[in-house]
Amino acid sequence: MLAFAIRRLMQAVGVIVVVALISFALFRFVGDPINQLVGQDTTPEQRAELRQQLGLDDSVVVQGARFIVNAAHFNFGISYQFKRPVSDIVAERLPATLELSVLSAIFALLVGVPMGVYTGLYPASWLSRVFLAVSLLGVSLPTFLIGILLIFIFSVDLGLLPSFGRGDVVTIWGTWTTGLLTTSGLRSLIMPTITLGLFQMTLIMRLVRGEMLEVLRTDYIKFARARGLTRRAINFGHALKSTLVPVITITGLQLGSIFAFSIITETVFQWPGMGLLFLQAVQQVDIPIMAAYLMLVAVIFTVVNFIVDMLYVAVDPRIRIRGVQA
Amino acid sequence: MTELAGEANVAPAPPRSALQRVLDSDIFYSFTGSPVTIASAVITLLLVAAALLAPLVAPHNPFDPASLSIADSLLPPVWNKDGVSDYLLGTDDQGRDVLSTILYGMRISLSVGFASVLLAIAIGVPLGLAAGYFGGYADAIIMRVADVQLTFPAILTALLIDGVARGIAGPQAYNDVVFPVLVISIGLSFWVQYARTVRGSVLVEANKEYVLAARLIGLRPIAILFRHILPNVIGPVLVIATINLALAIITEATLSFLGVGVPPTQPSLGTLIRIGNDYLFSGEWWITIFPGITLAVLVLAVNLLGDWLRDALNPKLR
Amino acid sequence: MTPTLSVRNLRVDIPTRHGVLTAIDDLSFDIAPGEVLGVVGESGAGKSITGAAIIGLLDPPGRVARGEIRLAGSRIDNLPRGEMRRLRGKRIGMIFQDPLTSLDPLYRIGDQLVETILTHEKISPAAARDKAERLLTEVGIPAAGHRMASYPHQFSGGMRQRVVIALALAADPALVIADEPTTALDVSVQAQIIALIKRLCRERGASVMLITHDMGVIAETADRVCVLYAGRLAEIGAVRDVVKRPQHPYTAGLMAAIPSLSDELGTALAQIPGAMPRLDAIPKGCAFHPRCPHVFDRCVAERPPAYATGSSDAACFLHDPQRAVAAAGGAA
Repeated sequence: MLAFAIRRLMQAVGVIVVVALISFALFRFVGDPINQLVGQDTTPEQRAELRQQLGLDDSVVVQGARFIVNAAHFNFGISYQFKRPVSDIVAERLPATLELSVLSAIFALLVGVPMGVYTGLYPASWLSRVFLAVSLLGVSLPTFLIGILLIFIFSVDLGLLPSFGRGDVVTIWGTWTTGLLTTSGLRSLIMPTITLGLFQMTLIMRLVRGEMLEVLRTDYIKFARARGLTRRAINFGHALKSTLVPVITITGLQLGSIFAFSIITETVFQWPGMGLLFLQAVQQVDIPIMAAYLMLVAVIFTVVNFIVDMLYVAVDPRIRIRGVQA
Repeated sequence: MTELAGEANVAPAPPRSALQRVLDSDIFYSFTGSPVTIASAVITLLLVAAALLAPLVAPHNPFDPASLSIADSLLPPVWNKDGVSDYLLGTDDQGRDVLSTILYGMRISLSVGFASVLLAIAIGVPLGLAAGYFGGYADAIIMRVADVQLTFPAILTALLIDGVARGIAGPQAYNDVVFPVLVISIGLSFWVQYARTVRGSVLVEANKEYVLAARLIGLRPIAILFRHILPNVIGPVLVIATINLALAIITEATLSFLGVGVPPTQPSLGTLIRIGNDYLFSGEWWITIFPGITLAVLVLAVNLLGDWLRDALNPKLR
Repeated sequence: MTPTLSVRNLRVDIPTRHGVLTAIDDLSFDIAPGEVLGVVGESGAGKSITGAAIIGLLDPPGRVARGEIRLAGSRIDNLPRGEMRRLRGKRIGMIFQDPLTSLDPLYRIGDQLVETILTHEKISPAAARDKAERLLTEVGIPAAGHRMASYPHQFSGGMRQRVVIALALAADPALVIADEPTTALDVSVQAQIIALIKRLCRERGASVMLITHDMGVIAETADRVCVLYAGRLAEIGAVRDVVKRPQHPYTAGLMAAIPSLSDELGTALAQIPGAMPRLDAIPKGCAFHPRCPHVFDRCVAERPPAYATGSSDAACFLHDPQRAVAAAGGAA
């Protein structure tokens, strides 16, 4: 088990390093940092001096090493657009996206898993058909369209919920701005959470359903029936547990990507988070922010994945305990 | 005592033509047995036809700036009291006929969608075949690259490639290459699924006796891969491709919506929705809603077809 | 004495879009208390479906179309689902073929045993644990107390099948259906498992329906044997009779195909030409007639009922008592 953990850790670190290299490549080879930072009338001598100051004359390897060391301290230099340190900007915008992502993930799980279990257990019931129809919509509607539709119905038509922004936010723990402690903050969170989480919820539901149907066909469920176990014991004791085990890994993968998916939702709702920041960075070719965002996504994704892998090992005894070679 | 009475009383079945075999097959049966699937197939065909024939069918050409007139902008659909029969579904802020723009926009969505799927297959399938069949370093490298790419959802990869292209080409030159860039960025976001699935299939098939036999006869690996293993792998690839198509269409629409897709002079469905978004609150809802419905219906139909295909090809359900 | 199991004119249909397939056609047999009945036949002959039909676990859309199944005299084929569930495990136990997939990999075997025991008996969890431990010891698992906490994948194949047997017998059923219980096991282990099943059932007075394609196992273990062909009964009788003096041409063919140490070197292996028909292509009349060396006109047109032959019962017109009379009276 320890060997397994270490191997996963190495893989995770590997991924992060590769992403770091890609980010660095972005820095080095796309566009000219100097031209981005200075105005039109800076003289060539001033540019050359700036270039030397920023260490852009050093060899690629040195720059690369410097980049990685800086990245480890989360120092990505100065943003081309805002002329401020990237780490400051990120610290301001990160809480918005993290709150939204975590809430969406919880929404997706809390709704998706039960729906999936129900449609797996009772595939012929009318409620299952309704759920499946909803799931089809969830997979087919682009996220931005869902957001717009929600805005159209609840803001334009009914005027119930705010259509942009986070509402009033409260600062806690020094720098963390949260919308969870104000009414307007909570109301602002509703539609973005559903928008961001709907696609994931649908995927989870379909996954759980598929697994459930598979598990119900296995020999050990058949044997459980032959032993006369109650329906509840079979469905919720045996089938459910077997279903959820493989679902854990895939769900983890999905949820890790919610953070990156927030780009779209934040655009629709003008949510002042990392996603919107990244989009603006792409439009303005603001490399430092792009690089920082990439690293952030990679780190979050790998951390979530690692946790999920450990969870999987804890739950499935076949991996945890070495068995007899069949 | 008589000797063995002929063969069984069951007369041998007459040979069936290829067409009859298709009509008799389980796949066709599950197709015709499901009205939903037939409906989706019909709808998809209609939409594809409409998109292909857009220049003939559309009442206006929204991509020709000369034909637009600002005076006609923001007109509501024809059934509204301010509507005009010239513009059945109304116009947008630049005087473009919404119906025509939807038709032309679908063209873009579908062509970018199909092209990027083909690209993803062209990259993913050979890489998967190589990784699965040759194993070793090739496998390790390809799969590590795949792992890294999976860290980023498709939209992010597409945005990234798009942004890099923009940065390298500069804003003016970028507009000239935007379509290939779109296709490449979306296609590159989706190859991993194909590679992994194909690799998995290859690993399963490569151990089977018929492959061993082929190797013993002395067939070259390429021949084995293409003549023997590939046909067994087509099924899952097809299923992924349909789902992929739906996702590709959504991704293109999303990129256009975010403003980093097609140029504003050649709007796709996503662009229209973005334009309309600004007018939702002031009441010009048709600019967003009609393209939105079209997009949703198109993707829904493709998804339903993909669902049916997956169930039909699933050996466990047969 | 009432037979433990009584099957009369059982017919199992599987509706498909190509038509209705009859997997079991007019099958009748009894199992007496404490008796071991072997059910033998090729793959696809309907052995497993018979077992599934009896315990009420036919895979849909398969269903019992006709006939009666009686357990100790009372009908069970028409029970509502809840009552049928209570029967399973408690009065009919079933052992499946593959011990690797029969056990839930996520639960310790002690917990699985206790769960089964508590489903059928109103005793305390502690008493259930004791009983579980005793069961494990009975089936030959050493250090049962320790092994209760193990997971299925920590056992070897033979040990797993012992656990499966313990689970099937936990509630003391009167009838145990064993569906190919040794096919997935090493040959060296097979004999042990069969002997275990036989001994435990004898000790409990339970009847056994032993489904297998292995004639050798039947010859060693069963009291009576029933031979199935294409979903129909070919022959049924005491093991000694059927094996030494097979009355049905199919059974005779099966017996002849088994090579013997006393055969001379160089003798070709005997075969039955042709193959068992698929369910959608069963011949009219006797299902075996296309492959039968003794076939005559009547076999092609009519389906033979089971005739008593003096030793076993065989579904073959060769044993029609009237035919013997006619043959004696007229030209052959």
